[in-house]
Parts: sequence; C-alpha cells; structure tokens
Amino acid sequence: MKRSMSVFNVTTLTLGLAFLYLPMLLLMVYSFNSSRLVTVWAGFSTQWYGELLRNEQFLDAAWVTLRVAVVSSTIATVLGTMAAWVLVRERRFLGRTLFSGMIYAPLVMPEVITGLSLLLLFIAIGLDRGILTIILAHTTFSMCYVSVVVSSRLVSFDRSLEEAALDLGCSPMQAFGHVTLPIIAPAVISGWLLAFTLSLDDLVIASFTSGPSSTTLPIKIFSSMRLGVSPEINALSTILISIVAVGVVVAALVSKSQIARREIEEREGQK
Amino acid sequence: MDTKPSPAPFAPWTDPAAVPLIRFEGVTKRFGDFTALQGIDLQIYPREFFALLGPSGCGKTTLMRMLAGFETPTEGTIWLDGQNIAPVPPNKRPVNMMFQSYALFPHLSVWDNIAFGLRRAGQDKDTIKARVEEMLRLTRLDQFARRKPHQISGGQRQRVALARSLALGPKLLLLDEPLGALDKKLRQDTQFELMDIQEKTGTTFVIVTHDQEEAMTVASRVAVMDAGRLCQIDTPQHIYETPNSRYVADFIGEVSIIEGRVDSLGEEIGIAYAEGQKPVMTRTGGTEVALGQSVFYAIRPEKIWVGAEPHPDRINSVEGTIVDIGYLGDVSTYHVRLDSGQMIKALMTNAERYAASRFTWNDRVWLSWSRHAGVVLTS
Repeated sequence: MKRSMSVFNVTTLTLGLAFLYLPMLLLMVYSFNSSRLVTVWAGFSTQWYGELLRNEQFLDAAWVTLRVAVVSSTIATVLGTMAAWVLVRERRFLGRTLFSGMIYAPLVMPEVITGLSLLLLFIAIGLDRGILTIILAHTTFSMCYVSVVVSSRLVSFDRSLEEAALDLGCSPMQAFGHVTLPIIAPAVISGWLLAFTLSLDDLVIASFTSGPSSTTLPIKIFSSMRLGVSPEINALSTILISIVAVGVVVAALVSKSQIARREIEEREGQK
Repeated sequence: MDTKPSPAPFAPWTDPAAVPLIRFEGVTKRFGDFTALQGIDLQIYPREFFALLGPSGCGKTTLMRMLAGFETPTEGTIWLDGQNIAPVPPNKRPVNMMFQSYALFPHLSVWDNIAFGLRRAGQDKDTIKARVEEMLRLTRLDQFARRKPHQISGGQRQRVALARSLALGPKLLLLDEPLGALDKKLRQDTQFELMDIQEKTGTTFVIVTHDQEEAMTVASRVAVMDAGRLCQIDTPQHIYETPNSRYVADFIGEVSIIEGRVDSLGEEIGIAYAEGQKPVMTRTGGTEVALGQSVFYAIRPEKIWVGAEPHPDRINSVEGTIVDIGYLGDVSTYHVRLDSGQMIKALMTNAERYAASRFTWNDRVWLSWSRHAGVVLTS
C-alpha cells in the first residue's frame, strides 16, 4: 500500500506523535544514561536496571501494586457487572434512579474527596491501613468504570437470548453462565483491564489509604521524586512502558488475527 | 409416534369427548393500567397447528409468552395437559419456543445450539448426539453443523431455531412470527416445510403471526384477535367464508362491506342500502335478523362476476363505473363505484391472455353475484 501523503498530513502526524511520545522517549533514552545526573548524557549503561533489581523497596512496592491491582480489579469486575446487570435489566425497582446515580458518582468525584472519605471511614471503623484498605478503596472507585463498560454492552444485548436459555431448561443462574456471560465476556474483560490499569497508576487514593507497611509503586516513585529524580526511576518507567507497549501490540495482533479468521470462515460459509 | 392417516378429517374441536392440551379459563393480563388480554377462553387440542392472528398490540404475543412462562396471568387459569402452569417456571415447562429473532446463541455452533437443551436436561452423550443428528436431518442442516450462526443464511438460521426448539421433544411448540424475517418465496417454501415437520413430529404448534396468509396456509384453526380479545376461532375456511364480524371479515382477505337495512324476510332476505337501488338479496346463513334491523353485508371480491351485461343466473346485479384496476398477472382487481356511491371490489382471473384489456378505467360494467356469495353481519 503506497499512498503518498500530503505535506500537511505528514506534519500533523509527526507533531501529534512527537507531542505524545517525545517525553517518554526522552525518559527511555536517559534510563540508559551512565551519569547519575538525569539531564546530562554521559554514555550508555545499563547500571540503573541492575540497581533497580537490587532495590528492595521498589520491588516490594511493585509486588504490592500488582497484588492490589489484580485483586481489586477482579472484585470490581464482579461487583460492577452485577450492578450493571441490575440497572439494565430491572427497569423498575424502588430507588433505581438513586442507585444508578450513586454508581456513577465516583466517576466525577474528585479523587481527593474519594480518598479522604475512605480514609475517614477506615479510621472510624478502626481498620488498620495496609494492603487491604488499598484494595477496598480501589475496588470502590474502579467498580463504577466496570459498570459503565458492561452496562453499555448489556443495553444492546438481545433479551430473547436469555429467554431462549430459560426456555431450553436453564435456571436463571445457568442462563447467565451459559449464555449471557460468554457473550458479554469481551466487555467484562475490557472492564477488568480498565480497572487494572486504573489501580496500577492510582496515586491519590492510594496515598490516603496505604499504610507504612504497604506502599504502592506510584507512591514510591512520587515520594522518591522529592529527593530528586533518580535514574532508577527512569529505568523502572522504561520497564513499565515496555510492558504496556508489548501488551497493546499483542492485543492488537490477536484481535487482527481473529478478524482475519472470521472473514475466512465467513467466506467458506458462503460456499 | 403413530402417524397413520385417520379416515376422518382432523377436527378434535368438533368432538365433545376430545381432551384439549391447553385450556385458557377467563385469562386476563394487565400491565399496570393497560389490559393486554381480557377474559380469554380458549382450547387447543393435541397435534393442532393453531394460529394466533391479529395486528400488533392485539395481545397475541402476550398470550404466547404466558404459555412459555415469561408472563403470568393477572386473572384466570391456564391448564396444560391438566396441570395449572401458572406456578411452573419456563425452564420446567414441557413447552419450547421459537423466537422471532431466532435467539440463536452466537458463541455456539449450530450443533451446540441444538444440543443446548439436551445438555441442560442432563442426557448422556450418545443420546444427545443421536437426537441432534436426527434434528439436523429433519431440518436439512447436516452440512452446517459446525458453522456458527453468523456463517449461515437467514433461512438456515430459521431452521436451526426450529431444530433447537424441537430437540427436547416438547408437548407444545410456540412459534413467534417465525417467518417474518424471510423473503416471500422462502417464506412460502418454509410454511410447507413447517407443516411437514409438524405432521412428522406430531407436536402441537401454536404460531403467532400478523400475516393472515401465513395463518391461513399453515393452521388447522385460526384465532383472530383484536385489542386483547378473541374475535373468532375457527378453521381458515370458516374464518374466510363465514366471518362473525366486520372486523374479522376485513382483517382476513379483501372484502366489500355494504351497510343497509333488512327490508324483506323470507328464504332470502333483502337488504336495502340506497335510495332507488334494488335491495341485495341474500341467504342469511343462520344469522337471526329482524325486519328493519341495520346489518352489514360482506362480500369477497372473487365472488363477484364482472361483465358488460348482468349475469343471467345471478340474483344480484348492479351497475357501476370502474375507478381503478389492479393488474396482478394471475388476477385483476376492479374497484367499481356503484351509482349510489358505494365502492365494491371485484376480482377476475385472467384465464385468457389479453382478457384483462376487456375493461378499462371509467367503463360501465355490471357486477353480479349469487344469493350465497356474501355474509350478513350484525356487528
């Protein structure tokens, strides 16, 4: 496919990409800097990656973050899907409007307020701040995102599919498991991914709800920034960016091959 | 299943000893303030192909959904095989439904769609395999078993939906506008296929449709519905030839309705419909009328003969002017305005080529029909 692009298009594309990726590129380049000074290039080195691996504080924080993200996004997905289900399916029940408003409120609520109110709650009920409180907090705020994603799928879901399942002998629970869930699975998975990434990079709420024993990676990075930017952080960020990039590319390739396979099947189907 | 043809025609509704499969007793359904169904009494017999016919919003779908278990009656009782089915949830009823949208499970292959109900019923692998293959053969889908629903055509999807709903061997199969999504030619083929399958399996079918032609073609009996009520339940022939109201006459097929007053009684009654016009002479066919009563006379277009002169053997002849001609190939319909202003539709088959050119717009013609041609209606 060789289509010459106009000068205007080339310029906009370049500017746009530069705007988005230049800062990250700079960060990645400097992660291989051998100097301790972040802004002075002194030659190629991978020493900061080595130091990062020896830095237990960072590794601990990464481990905490990962656990929090996996657990909270999973709980948020279950709760968010249930909430979406009820809101889409039960058109009439007492307090429906209130409930739906309350589900979506955290979307627009400033994080500081969410964080603060959770902190007050945890203190009030005497729950020690630690990994559990972060998980609870993250579940709370990411659940509404899951709910939004899943309910937009459920709205277009053909109700008669569930009725057909009931008609063919499924209990309502079985109908959900055998028919509804497999069909809405892509939305549920993307809801989970959204919750997962939100939890990964949350700083504000985590700083309200974390305790001394449980620091997440964003908090760790942010607090070490106050002591000056260490090249270790560049290395850490480069690793994160690489993981995300690989994930995005793999997801794109998988969905592309799926589309291709479906097209082949459809072509065969017409024979 | 014993499918030997019985010598007597299939008509259990005329047999007082016959036991209905389904019995509606005073069934009323309300949604809030809206009454969807009002005092429905209905019997459907085993092996019947029963059609619920009516315009959208007449309650026919609600009636069907109550049989499937997706709605419960507000008042009254529905008996299925001697059992009150109100408390039985859909998954416990010996009833299956073919949905209007087909509702095929998109993530499952044709094979797995058909096997779905059998698996839920906990049957063993070999039984499921044998049954699914039987259904595939019945609906001629053998070579599509591994396809997903999005990889087959609309007609094939319709057959998968049918196979899936028949797989469990239900006592009663409900079909919700099953052919609505198919084009006309395919629809006609499928209608005969449905009848064939119904005969082969011996299942009782209840079909919901707004297409009167479809109801007439497939059904052993038709229930015409309007605004939550049953207007008439009868065989297609009776519904067509002896409708019990203007609504039914008008809903099924084409009809001209002449409004008039009974002005003579006897073997034939006379219905005066306009000043200075000879009254329409007709047999009443059992309808009780009194002198001076206002009645409606309904006559089908094909019962009327169109000619340049009055037909010598027909008791009724009246002159009018052609205002419209619809040429449909096999037949032509004439819209004729009588001198009284009354519009009458008449239909002539085009048995001879170019015969249609015999009459044209604004021609004066005579319309003639016999004493048995029309129906006297009081409502």
